[in-house]
Amino acid sequence: MHEPLFHISKRGALPWYRAWLIRGLALLAALVLCAVVTTLLTGINPLQVYVTIFKGSFASSRRFWDMLQRLSILLCVSLAVTPAFRMRFWNIGGEGQVLVGGLASAACMILLGGKVPDAGLIALMTVSAMVAGAIWGGIPAVFKARWGTNETLFTLMMNYVAIQLVRYFSVVWESPKGSGSIGVINPSTHWGWLPEIGNAYFLKVLVVALLTIGVYIYLNYSKHGYEIAVVGESERTARYVGIKVEKVIIRTMLLSGALCGIAGLLLVGGTDHTITDTTAGGRGFTAVMVSWLAKFNPVWMILTSFLLVFLGKGAEQISSQFQLNQSFSDILTGIILFFIIGSEFFINYQINFRKSGDKEGK
Amino acid sequence: MEKKTAAVKMRNITKRFGSIVANDKCWLDIYRGEILALLGENGSGKTTLMNMLSGIYFPDEGQITIDGKDVVIRSPKDAFDLGIGMIHQHFKLVDVLTAAENIVLGLEGKLDLKAASARIREICDTYGFEVDPDQKIYDMSVSQKQTVEIVKVLYRGADILILDEPTAVLTPQETDKLFTVLRNMRDDNKAVVIITHKMHEVEALSDRVAVLRHGQFIGDMLTKDTNAQEMTNMMVGRPVTLNIDRPEPKDPKPRILVEGLTVRSMDGIVKLDDVSFTANAGEILGIAGISGCGQKELLEAIAGLQPTEAGSIRYVEDDGTEEELLGKDPLSIAEMGVTLSFVPEDRLGMGLVGNMDLADNMMLRSFRRGKSLFTDRRTPKKLAETVVQELEVNTPGVSTPVRRLSGGNVQKVLVGREIAAAPTVLLTAYAVRGLDINSSYMIYDLINRQKAAGVAVIYVGEDLDVLLELADRILVLCGGKVSGIVPGRGATKRKVGLMMTKLGGDTQDA
Repeated sequence: MHEPLFHISKRGALPWYRAWLIRGLALLAALVLCAVVTTLLTGINPLQVYVTIFKGSFASSRRFWDMLQRLSILLCVSLAVTPAFRMRFWNIGGEGQVLVGGLASAACMILLGGKVPDAGLIALMTVSAMVAGAIWGGIPAVFKARWGTNETLFTLMMNYVAIQLVRYFSVVWESPKGSGSIGVINPSTHWGWLPEIGNAYFLKVLVVALLTIGVYIYLNYSKHGYEIAVVGESERTARYVGIKVEKVIIRTMLLSGALCGIAGLLLVGGTDHTITDTTAGGRGFTAVMVSWLAKFNPVWMILTSFLLVFLGKGAEQISSQFQLNQSFSDILTGIILFFIIGSEFFINYQINFRKSGDKEGK
Repeated sequence: MEKKTAAVKMRNITKRFGSIVANDKCWLDIYRGEILALLGENGSGKTTLMNMLSGIYFPDEGQITIDGKDVVIRSPKDAFDLGIGMIHQHFKLVDVLTAAENIVLGLEGKLDLKAASARIREICDTYGFEVDPDQKIYDMSVSQKQTVEIVKVLYRGADILILDEPTAVLTPQETDKLFTVLRNMRDDNKAVVIITHKMHEVEALSDRVAVLRHGQFIGDMLTKDTNAQEMTNMMVGRPVTLNIDRPEPKDPKPRILVEGLTVRSMDGIVKLDDVSFTANAGEILGIAGISGCGQKELLEAIAGLQPTEAGSIRYVEDDGTEEELLGKDPLSIAEMGVTLSFVPEDRLGMGLVGNMDLADNMMLRSFRRGKSLFTDRRTPKKLAETVVQELEVNTPGVSTPVRRLSGGNVQKVLVGREIAAAPTVLLTAYAVRGLDINSSYMIYDLINRQKAAGVAVIYVGEDLDVLLELADRILVLCGGKVSGIVPGRGATKRKVGLMMTKLGGDTQDA
C-alpha cells in the first residue's frame, strides 16, 4: 500500500491578509485563463479585451454613473434578501417582490398622477411599493411559519405570479392603445418621477448607501438582528430562549419584501419610468449571488455587487466593440466567478502532498 | 503476563486540525488477547487516534505497524482489510433494513442472506451475543443496535476492535452483558480497545490502560497494578479528589408539583404516562431511566417547550402560592418572574448557538432586557469573561465561536450561563455526558452549590454510580411511567437498575 498522493485537511483560522492573498491569486489565475480562452477562441489580444472591460465602467463619467446606478439597484435587492438569508430562509423571490413593488409605484403614477400633489404622490408610491413587496414576501413566510412549506419553491413560484400580474396590467394600462405595453408614464408632466439631485443618478446611490448602513446596523446591532441570527442558526435554540420563531420569520420576510419594493420604486419611479415584465431584469437572482459571495455582510456586498456589475458592463462593451456576442462575455464572467468561489475552498482547507523519501519513522 | 508482540504499534503519530494539534507524536501499543482501556480527558486525542487507526483520518506524521508490518491506512476499507473495526458512538445503521441486511451491506460478492444469517448466528453463539438477524433495526433497543454494530465488525473479519464510549447509552444490566461479550472476544485472542470515562468500568473490564493527555502518550500499565486515583491523576496531570459531595438538604420545601403529566410525541406515541412527583427546593432530584424513557419530554414540559396532553405542573412560590406552568412558553414563564434554568441534552443544538461566540451565547438569555432597540453587548461580554475565569473554560477568548471548544468547555459555558441567571429551578439533562473527570467534578460541584443556595435541581443522569452519590432522591422512569422514587442515600445500583427495566423493579424473575 502506498501513501496517498495528497490528502485534504481543514485549516485553522487564516490571518485576513493570507485569505485575501488567496483570493487575489484566484482572480489572477482567472484572468490568465480568460486570456488563454480569449486568444484561442477569438484570436483577439486579451489585454485589449481587459482594457475594454475596464472601459465599460470607467471610460466616461456617464458610464461611471450608470455603473453606480446599476450597482445601487443590485445592492438594494441584495440588501433586501440578506436578512432572510441570515435566517436561513432562502428567499429567491426577490424578482417578484421587486416587480410588485414597481407595479404598485406604476399604479400610483398612472391612477393618481396629477390628482394629488407630486410630493404626496411620491410618498404614496413609496408606501405602496413597500407594502406590495412586503405582501409578496410575507405570503410565503406565513405559509412557512404556520405549515412548514418550502420557502424556496414558494418564493420562486410567486415570481411567476408577479410577472403575469405585470403582463395583465400592461394590457389594462397600455399606452399607446394596442401596443400591449405601458410605455413611459407621464412623459410630459413627469408626475411621480423621482426628483433628481445633482444628476439623474445620485438619488438612487444615496438611498441605497443609507439603506446599506441601515441594514448593516439592523443585522449586527439590533435585537431583531440578533433574533434573526439565532433563528437562522437553530430554531430549537430560539424556542428554548423564548424567541417566537414564527413571528421572526414573518417579520423578517415583511422587511425583506418591503426593501425589494423600494428597489422596484427606484426602478420604476427613478430609472425606467415604465414597467415591463423584465423590469427586475434577473436582479432577484443575481442578488442571491451577491449576498452569498459577501457572506451576508452588507458592507462586503458593495464589493461583490460592484464586481458583478463591472463584469456585466464590461461584457456588454466587449460584445459591441469586437462584434462578439453576449455569450462570449458570459463565458469570461463564468470563469472569473468560478475561480472566486473556488478560492474559498483553499481558504478553508489545505492540501498536503506526499512527502518524498519519507521512509524513516520506524 | 508473558511477553507478547504488539498487534498494533502506533509510533510518533501527529495529527493537526488547523492550528490545533490533536495528537502530538503519540505512541500506542495494542496486544491480542487483551482489553485495552484508552483513557484521557476530553480533547486529549483518544478518538482522533483511533479514527486514524480505522482509516477515517489520515495522520500527518508517524507510522502504524500491524503485526510487525508497516502499513498505510487510507480509508475504512483499508482498515477492514487489516482486520481493524471500530464501533462509533453514533451508530451507522439503516433503520428499515434487518440486522442481517445491515451487516452484509456494502460487502462485495454474491448476496446470500441465508448464509449470512447462519454466519451471524455462529458469531453470536461464539461470543454470547443475542441478535435476531431478521429483526428490523427500528424495532431494536439501543443496546441491540450496538450489538448489531459489533457483529457487523466481526462479520467482516475484524480481530482488532475499537469501541468508542460503548456504555454511554446502556443500562447497568446491558453493560454487564456487553462486558461478558468483550471478555469472550479477548479469550478468543482478539485485541479490544475501549474508550471510556467511567473509572469503575476500566477497573472491572480492562487488562491494561493507556493514558493520553493533550494529545500525547503519557504511559500505560496493567490495570491490576493501578487504581482509579492514579489513573485520574495521570489523565489530569495533577492530583484530583474523587468524591462527590452530598450535603444534607437544608430546609427542603416543595417547589415544583407535577401531577398526572401525560405527553404524546408527534406520532402519537405516549412518552410520559401519568407522571406525578414533587421537586423540592434545596434538593437534587435525580432522574434515572434507560435513554428515551421520557426524560427529555419531562424536562422540556417543565421548561415550557413540550406540548402536553394532560396533567399539571405547578410552581410553588416561597410564600406558598401556586402557579400553573403548563401551557406557557419559556418567555411567559420568565415573565411570570420564575427563573427556570435548563441545561438541555443537546448543547449545541438547543442550549447554545455553535457559530456564535461566547459573548453572543451569553446574550441568549438576556438580550431582551431594556427598552432599547439595540442589544447591549457589554454585559454579556463581561459575563462571558467571568464564566471563562471562574469555570476555567479553555478558550482562546470570548470571541471564539463555541463550536470550536471541546465538549467539556461547551458545557461549562452553558452551565455557567444558566447558573448566572440565579435560578430557582435548575433542570439538567446529562450534564456530564462526554465530559472528562475533571470537568465532571466541576459540574457536580456547581450543581451542589446551587442546591445549597436553595435551588430545586432536577438532574437527569445516565451514570447510576453518580446518581447514587449525588442525588437526594431518585425518580426512576420506565417506559414513560414512574417506576418509583427512592432516597439516594442507601439505594443500590442493582435495585435502581431493575426499576429502570421493570415497573416497580420486581425482582422475582429478574
